[in-house]
Amino acid sequence: MLLVVEQFLNGLQFGLLLFLLAAGLTLVFGIMDLVNLAHGSLYMMGAYFAATFVAWTGSFVLGIVLALGATLLLGIVLEFVALRHLYGRDHLDHVLATFGLILFFNDAVRLIWGPAGLALPLPAWLTVPVQIIPGVFYPAYRLAIIVVALAVALGLYLVVMRTRLGMLIRAGASNREMIGALGINIKLLYTLVFGLGAALAGLAGMMQAPILTVQIGMGENILILAFVIIVIGGIGSIRGAFLAAIFVGMIDTLGRAFLPDLLRKVLSSAAASTAAPAISSMLIYLLMAIVLVVRPEGLFPASKR
Amino acid sequence: MKTSFWLAGAMALALASPAVAGDTIKIGFVSTFSGPTAVIGNDMRNSFELALDHLGRKMAGKPVEVIYEDDQQKPDIGKQKTEKLVQSDHVDFIAGYIWSNVLLASLKTAVDSQTFLISANAGPSQLAGELCSPYVFSTSWQNDQTPAAMGLYMNQKGVKSVFLIGPNYAAGKDMLAGVKSTFKGKVMGEEYTVWPSQLDFSAELSKAKASGAESIFVFYPGAAGVQFLNQYAQAGLKAQMPLYTAFTVDELSLPLQKDNAIGVPGAQEWVNDLPNEQNKAFVADYHKKYAGLRPTYYGAQAYDAAQLINSAVVAVKGDTSKKDAMKAEMQKADFKSLRGPFKYGNNHIPIQNFYLQDVVKGADGVLSLKTVATIVKDSQDTFHDKCPMK
Amino acid sequence: MNFSLNARNIVVALVAAFLLLLPLYSQLSGNVFALTLFTRIVIFALAAVSLNLIMGYGGMMSFGHAAYLGIGGYAVGILAFEGIGSGFIQWPVALLASALFALVIGALSLRTRGVYFIMITLAFAQMAYYVASGLARYGGDDGLTIYKRSDFAGLINLSSKVQFYYLCLACLFGGIYLVWRIVNSRFGLVVQGLRSNEARMQAIGFPATRYRLVCFVIAGTICGLAGALLATNTDFVSPAVMYWTRSGDLMVMVILGGMGSLFGPVIGAIVYLVLEEFLSQLTEYWAMIMGPLLLLVVLFGRGGIMGLLGRPRRG
Repeated sequence: MLLVVEQFLNGLQFGLLLFLLAAGLTLVFGIMDLVNLAHGSLYMMGAYFAATFVAWTGSFVLGIVLALGATLLLGIVLEFVALRHLYGRDHLDHVLATFGLILFFNDAVRLIWGPAGLALPLPAWLTVPVQIIPGVFYPAYRLAIIVVALAVALGLYLVVMRTRLGMLIRAGASNREMIGALGINIKLLYTLVFGLGAALAGLAGMMQAPILTVQIGMGENILILAFVIIVIGGIGSIRGAFLAAIFVGMIDTLGRAFLPDLLRKVLSSAAASTAAPAISSMLIYLLMAIVLVVRPEGLFPASKR
Repeated sequence: MKTSFWLAGAMALALASPAVAGDTIKIGFVSTFSGPTAVIGNDMRNSFELALDHLGRKMAGKPVEVIYEDDQQKPDIGKQKTEKLVQSDHVDFIAGYIWSNVLLASLKTAVDSQTFLISANAGPSQLAGELCSPYVFSTSWQNDQTPAAMGLYMNQKGVKSVFLIGPNYAAGKDMLAGVKSTFKGKVMGEEYTVWPSQLDFSAELSKAKASGAESIFVFYPGAAGVQFLNQYAQAGLKAQMPLYTAFTVDELSLPLQKDNAIGVPGAQEWVNDLPNEQNKAFVADYHKKYAGLRPTYYGAQAYDAAQLINSAVVAVKGDTSKKDAMKAEMQKADFKSLRGPFKYGNNHIPIQNFYLQDVVKGADGVLSLKTVATIVKDSQDTFHDKCPMK
Repeated sequence: MNFSLNARNIVVALVAAFLLLLPLYSQLSGNVFALTLFTRIVIFALAAVSLNLIMGYGGMMSFGHAAYLGIGGYAVGILAFEGIGSGFIQWPVALLASALFALVIGALSLRTRGVYFIMITLAFAQMAYYVASGLARYGGDDGLTIYKRSDFAGLINLSSKVQFYYLCLACLFGGIYLVWRIVNSRFGLVVQGLRSNEARMQAIGFPATRYRLVCFVIAGTICGLAGALLATNTDFVSPAVMYWTRSGDLMVMVILGGMGSLFGPVIGAIVYLVLEEFLSQLTEYWAMIMGPLLLLVVLFGRGGIMGLLGRPRRG
């Protein structure tokens, strides 16, 4: 019982982290039609900034806030200096250019922070287990991740659905040429959207940092999952990204937790443990492949293209 | 046209090989210098350098050159680096190798080129058995030995049942097998986690609790050990299910595990307070040279590797082409090892003592590891009969 | 085919001559590492040539091409592990397995276009990666060492570095010749036509998907051969060779060299891998140079290196 509840919450938590990462990616892809492989690097930078600022200020919350600002700024600078020249170009050019950016960021981080990676320790008040239902304890920090991510998701929903900026974003996702024709300051909109995406990616990076890792190349593995999510959800659709992310997070976590036991009925312990994570990862890609073959625009397409 | 000149220039430079010098002793050192486990690689490098300092940076009168390469904890990269060291740098010896899977991937390259490989940590069972080679020596142990010693200790303590958790790669499998080989109680469950990416052990800890086992045994080197111990403590299991470990608590992880590590025993062939002369000098000089740092068994093993290489080079008076003579000398293990004297088995794996280490808090509040008892003396690995060497 | 003495052809001739004479240089100078390095480069060049067939000529942006390197490699590795050491069995199996995989995923993927095609090919390659990681028997993530190279019953000794290098080079030249013949055939013209205007080609009556699929399968098979060569070269195969970043490396080689040019991928492979090797000896932080370099190539160097050398005779 404890195990199921706990793994369900872990899946939710992982899914929400993935959502934060995917939301930025889907916005950028949907609105600017930009394939940004360096999105994972922004995720990494968020984690590094957080570890640095928390150590510097001594306060966890202050460090996170500063790191968010830094990542937002980095995103804006990156868009201004490098990425805006790629708008309108072939997707393949995007792939090559942002692949180059990944290489650059990995080495820049190594130059500045050294090769060993950093640690982001939790403040004491976040390490206590919380009793969510009698007899079931769940770490406070993971609950915090769930709460914060849901709050951000809600905030994003309100911005996108209820504000003028959000209206522009939705319009841009469904018909890019039109908003340009209507006289909106496209350049500013694009820069803001990119900055927002960067901040979301950075937030995901810094939130997972205390429980997972802060190291070079941490973006590559999770970036691919983010792409899978936006494809399943529908490029440009935040709602699609949300649902797909939760789904993917659940499959991954529950698969890793429960598949080994199922497989152990037919395989040895070590073989089951080797096969299980592979199978649960494969399931995610299989899901994406099915969606692409059956409904390529995704489950909740943003635009009628 | 400019492009082609630039291309040609780049290719020429890439192909230019350094002059092959017979007047230095070249040693390649493959370890991890990036990512969270870089701290281990750094400890090994620090100790290796210290050993060279103690030797006056010369072996048999010839200057020593060390080339350090980073395997990034990946078998394919480690193999690539080994190839480079052997084929491009023409090293006389290769040492290092933290990870068993990296070692296994790199083994063929070293053996095929008849380059001596000294494993200063990794000890996969295959290496002690069917893949043993005259060119490979270990200054550490065979993976199963240490957890087997812990299994013996658990028997001594009267532990009735255990739940096993470890990472899913060559060494992890060896470690859990090692415990099972000596532990007389019941194994209530066995879980392997994804390595090295999985740092979230909540599922495994829940399963351990649900299994009804009396205790938990784990093997998690490096950062994973820190995460595991902290999550174990946060799950409130410290009082309910005592933890027995191998290679999970060491001087590198201790500062991060803090009080969570108190009372968690481990087995080791070397603890920093072993009372022999060379060890005292090593620990003291390490403090002096690297302020604020303490050596671990990884470092001690790397130090011994340098000493082993030195004994061979001295025996052939610096003529590293005399491989058979060097091999014969190394087989004698005739050097002052930091763990005290030991012998080699037919498979070039040490036959040595294993000690019980515990974490204690000093009067100054600083945590350190202490040797509590000798668990077993002159233990030999169980794979040596599979090795065809005599 | 007439040769004019322009920059492109000179460079191509120089590179070809260099590759042919490399073992001689290696023997004379005693620099064994150069031979090992260039064997690896030649193998990746072959993989890049196969990717160029579908990307450059066919307009199919496959982000999962590295999967075939793994399939070819594991075919050889698994058979060797299970005791089947004959190259006459291992290599055809590698080619067949790659062809089958390409057929299946091609049939499914080619129903999509553009970025969706990129993503679905990526998905299938990742699935292959995870299948390999999940096979405990064959090492999983630890990889699989190949203790004995394929036995070709005395026809060729793969353990000889020089013989193996020439085999790889022969495969590379053979692959380039095959691509040249395809591209200049009626079939190839159709495929290129599909890249530039699919509606028109379909209106004329060509079944687009079938043509693309054949192209896709041929490219996958050639890359499977490269995979078998790669596994033999390193005596080792692991899932890492199929990870998506490796597919990215291949794409970079093709684009860097110049898409849609015969020799472009060879130049791209040489430049990318030599730079990687050369820069990493100069400085630890070579990627900081390589990264922006790629960015600049994209922004200013359309058509890659071959493009910089001059416009091709035909598109």
